[in-house]
Amino acid sequence: MNALRRILALVRKEFLTLLKDPKSRMVLIVPPMIQLMVFGYAASFDLKDIPYALYNEDGGQASRDLMARFEGAPAFHRVAVLNAEQQIAPLVDRRDVLMVIHLGQRFSAELLSGGGAPVQVIIDGRNSNTAMIAMGYARAVVDGFNRDWRAARGLPNLPARLETRAWFNPNLESRWFFIPGIIGMITLVTTMLVTALTVAREREQGTFDQLLITPMRPAEILFGKALPGFIVGHIQATVILLIAVFWFQVPLLGSVPALYGGLALFLMSGVGAGLLISSLAVTQQQGLLGAFLFMVPAVILSGFATPIANMPEAVQTLTLIDPLRYFLVILRKVFLEGAGFAVLADQYWPMAIIGVGALGLASGLFRHRLY
Amino acid sequence: MMASRRGGPAMRLGGLVRKEFLQIVRDPSSIAIAFVMPLFLLILFGYGVSLDADHVPVALVDEAPSADSTDFLASLAASHYFAPVHARTVTEAEAALRDGRVNAIVHVRANFAERLRRPDGAPVQVIVNGVDANTARLAQGYVEGAWGSWLARRATERGQALTTPARLEQRIWYNPEVKSRHYLVPGLVAIIMTLIGALLTALVMAREWERGTMEALLVTPASMSEILLGKLIAYFVLGTGGMLLTVGLAVFLFHVPLRGSFWVLWACASLFLLAALGMGLTISTLARSQFVAGQIAIIATFLPAFLLSGFIFDIDSMPAPVRGVTHVILARYFVSIVQTLFLAGDVWSVVLPNALALALMAAVFLGITWRKSRKRLE
Repeated sequence: MNALRRILALVRKEFLTLLKDPKSRMVLIVPPMIQLMVFGYAASFDLKDIPYALYNEDGGQASRDLMARFEGAPAFHRVAVLNAEQQIAPLVDRRDVLMVIHLGQRFSAELLSGGGAPVQVIIDGRNSNTAMIAMGYARAVVDGFNRDWRAARGLPNLPARLETRAWFNPNLESRWFFIPGIIGMITLVTTMLVTALTVAREREQGTFDQLLITPMRPAEILFGKALPGFIVGHIQATVILLIAVFWFQVPLLGSVPALYGGLALFLMSGVGAGLLISSLAVTQQQGLLGAFLFMVPAVILSGFATPIANMPEAVQTLTLIDPLRYFLVILRKVFLEGAGFAVLADQYWPMAIIGVGALGLASGLFRHRLY
Repeated sequence: MMASRRGGPAMRLGGLVRKEFLQIVRDPSSIAIAFVMPLFLLILFGYGVSLDADHVPVALVDEAPSADSTDFLASLAASHYFAPVHARTVTEAEAALRDGRVNAIVHVRANFAERLRRPDGAPVQVIVNGVDANTARLAQGYVEGAWGSWLARRATERGQALTTPARLEQRIWYNPEVKSRHYLVPGLVAIIMTLIGALLTALVMAREWERGTMEALLVTPASMSEILLGKLIAYFVLGTGGMLLTVGLAVFLFHVPLRGSFWVLWACASLFLLAALGMGLTISTLARSQFVAGQIAIIATFLPAFLLSGFIFDIDSMPAPVRGVTHVILARYFVSIVQTLFLAGDVWSVVLPNALALALMAAVFLGITWRKSRKRLE
């Protein structure tokens, strides 16, 4: 009973130090909401505005038909019509256009002769990912042209055709994939905010020694330090989950308790990592460095933007200790695939191990790191 | 007369810079920020991060194997883009897709061989897991590619000509082999330098105020401008070291071609570093306490630079208000500069406006720091 009272007193004190400073209060409440709004709109691989230039050396009807298709495609945005080859390079160099579509003089003639004609697409590969996506869009336009050309001339259909369907995300909206990921990242950042500097600050100011000579046991200090991060994390995650569902309209198909189960374990492992960093640090500068050395790899190796399956074996092994990796799977599966507890068991226990391990190490370091 | 000459501004500044260096050496975390962090992050990400999907696990379902269907599926299985898994029934394949064991299903129906000879052709069902839309699109593209070359080969074998009326010929400039590393590594250089710049200085002003040493400095003849300049010079030297390290790694370890001039890159990176250090100093001055400064640094640096700089997500495709927000993200300008200098060359029409923006932001940040620090004295 006494232990509980002591823990609650410490929790109360932690909340006071966290919320006393109006700037610190602002930092906890406002940025996560703004970040979800801004990042939610920013994070997408769907291209909406591909600036391109046309260089049509051929005046024939077929070439004009193809050009009209590009003009009609909503993702493409024509910024220039060229009439000489030399105009291409400066335009691409300056990044005024992402691609140049070039039809040779004999385009229509070759097409009519039945031999097939090339459509040259020059694309800026500085961002090769955007380039390949844009190329895919261009291919879709040309494929549509070919289909109609064949049909209009009574050419035989291809002997086999692909009928493609996408499960869970029929229109392949990449925003549905990224918004659950952003929820995970912002939650991670919050746990770091609340925990990574707390012990380091007390160490630097000398108040941690005072805490250690009170009757509190390390485990009690640990609880007192961990609970605020856990509580703030839950409140904040709830707010941004609501924004994701009601503002961005990401479908939430699965079990909400399963999602919160994952959130609790993720917060436990995040708070554990933050407190471990904090108790290793002697100064707040070191705590801040530690927070970044954990947070940046945790985000980049989580499979947020670049799939884990694409990483080399050794790096894939490393991602096994990244709690965000598991939480992202839970978020995406619950949101888009309608998953419940049973499917997610494999994601729960690694986070529980990471959380317990990190919290245990942190509380051990409270006492032993008295240099 | 003599005394004022001995304590001239140059000497005071020298003393202040020396003091900062002593502090840097005594708390190795600053040195770790400048050298260890970039080394660790760049190696980890340079090797770890790739957007090129190879060996996409795909389930192949052949309901009634025939010469045609086996031939078609074998041509898919031979592609290095796929890691094929054979499934007997669609139900089995769908279960694998649900569990995440495969990312796509290619399903050939029982009457494939027969319908292939009919005028309307045979349908092949392709199901992709759309959760990761980008990988789904890649997988779809790979299936289409394999399908197209199978059709072409089949036509040639039968002595028919399968002509595509208009065929796309792609020329990818600056990165013809489409190595995503060539575009990710220069971007990472910009992200890592954002972190170096802001982390080095985010706590330094707040620390002096919190520990009361700022007052001690102010009672010396050193003015606020000199104190700020002393910090800026010390951390600029440290940050330049980190910058050279990251650029060196990009060129020599990851073999990203540096097509532009090194000196232009140096000049732009210095401007960027100045702006990033200025941002750190501003955070530090406005926050007043190290704790809050640290919190702001965590929020304001990494995620915005990662998501809003054009490093992975195309800025032109963002809605206008979000595009507006990207203009206050320092990394946005530098990402554009480094991608151009590394892969395209000295394109002045890209470099100059971005460099100008960096200079402007450096001036704004340093100006705010200077004004706010002076005000606090009164």
